[in-house]
Amino acid sequence: MAAGGGDMSMPIASLFTDAIRFIFVPQESVTGGVQVGGIGEISSLTANHLVLSAAAIAVACVIALPLGLWLGHVGKGEFLAISVSNVGRAVPTLALIAFFIAFVGIGFFNVLLALILLAIPPLLTNTYVGVRGVSPDAVDAARGMGMSESQIVRRVELPLAVRSIFGGLQLSAVSVVATAILGPLASVDTLGTPIVSVNVYGQAGLLGAAIVVAALAILVYLVLTALQRAATPAGLKA
Amino acid sequence: MSALALPLAQLEIRSRTGGTCVSEDGFCPGWIVDNLDRYVQPLLEHIYLTVISVAVGFAISFALALLAHRSGWLTAPVTALTSVLYTIPSIALFLILVPVTGLTALTAIIALVAYTQVFLFRNIINGLVNVPEETKDAARGMGLTDRQVLWRVEMPLAVPEILAGLRIATTSTVNLATLAFFAGAGGLGAQIFQDITFRSNVVVAGGLAILLAALFDLIFLGGQRVATPWRRAAAT
Repeated sequence: MAAGGGDMSMPIASLFTDAIRFIFVPQESVTGGVQVGGIGEISSLTANHLVLSAAAIAVACVIALPLGLWLGHVGKGEFLAISVSNVGRAVPTLALIAFFIAFVGIGFFNVLLALILLAIPPLLTNTYVGVRGVSPDAVDAARGMGMSESQIVRRVELPLAVRSIFGGLQLSAVSVVATAILGPLASVDTLGTPIVSVNVYGQAGLLGAAIVVAALAILVYLVLTALQRAATPAGLKA
Repeated sequence: MSALALPLAQLEIRSRTGGTCVSEDGFCPGWIVDNLDRYVQPLLEHIYLTVISVAVGFAISFALALLAHRSGWLTAPVTALTSVLYTIPSIALFLILVPVTGLTALTAIIALVAYTQVFLFRNIINGLVNVPEETKDAARGMGLTDRQVLWRVEMPLAVPEILAGLRIATTSTVNLATLAFFAGAGGLGAQIFQDITFRSNVVVAGGLAILLAALFDLIFLGGQRVATPWRRAAAT
């Protein structure tokens, strides 16, 4: 607590009630003069947050899935496919964003690029591992049935790797949604805006945005879990 | 201000002294050499947060895994809970905990410990479960009690998997601890955030965080080699 832990003038419960109220009802900003918060602004920040995150994950999928499928299919590049994840995990997301702000620039596309870099490693590794995990017998059988290599990838390896790929998608989504909070540092409004600009939005705004972004991340995770169930071939469901 | 006054509110670019390179936010080796000392304290805070969080996280997950291993039914709910917990963005968890436990290192450690569970619990329980049934049968046949089977057979065989979990948990804690300043716990992230447009600062503070993660990674990699002599024997 500030002031040596002595300042307990606001009970915990009222801090949270204020935060919830901020989510639904606009109020005057700390700096005065402007209305901030409320369901309107929170919805639009949530939409921004989702668009940025979804765009980053979509581009990462377009790059990482074909690459992972191909590397896994030909059984090459294990070192690349595996170590990219280890390296990715060791680079702090704040350092990545800061590097982009300091060296590349601010704005939507720069943040998007940083988030794409963040999203690729788990997708690539999990796709590769998923494909490598497909039993060679299944691939041989497919070949024996006269399937071409590209048919084997699309009709045998991809469906059998789908669970692992979704695992990677979840990891990517979690870290992208979390890191998009730092968007406002690079002038991109997201749910991180009330957190970074706490001097405008106030403590209720900060806590309110934290609650919304936590709920959003859990929701994204649950949706992806449901999609994973739906996409897993019936024969693989235990 | 209320009890929640965040350091962010007082964010300001600290005045730096130096040549044009510094005033233009450049990458300035001279400035870096002269100012290395300002990174010592944040680095120590970062190491402290990481070591404490992983140690406490390991103690908790180890106890939980032993319990789950014995009971059998506990594994699924604990795994589900830790996965959902892991999806909460760390910044949000830090900020939500602050009203409860204050702007302290404790707040950051609670959250960081929570995040280690997903890796540690999963790997410890997998390590124990993956011990072949025949191995355990052989041990029982030699007259070992359940307790002896656990500590003398299952646990040593689970060590590689446990160390792998510790390795992932530690690098990810170093990563997440860069955001611990949202809980008022300092660390290298506070240093990055303080002057995020200054290239020299970003390179040094970010670089130290990456080096720290790499260092922990190497330590656990070495530990894995020492703890699994049979793998080395097989490789040669």
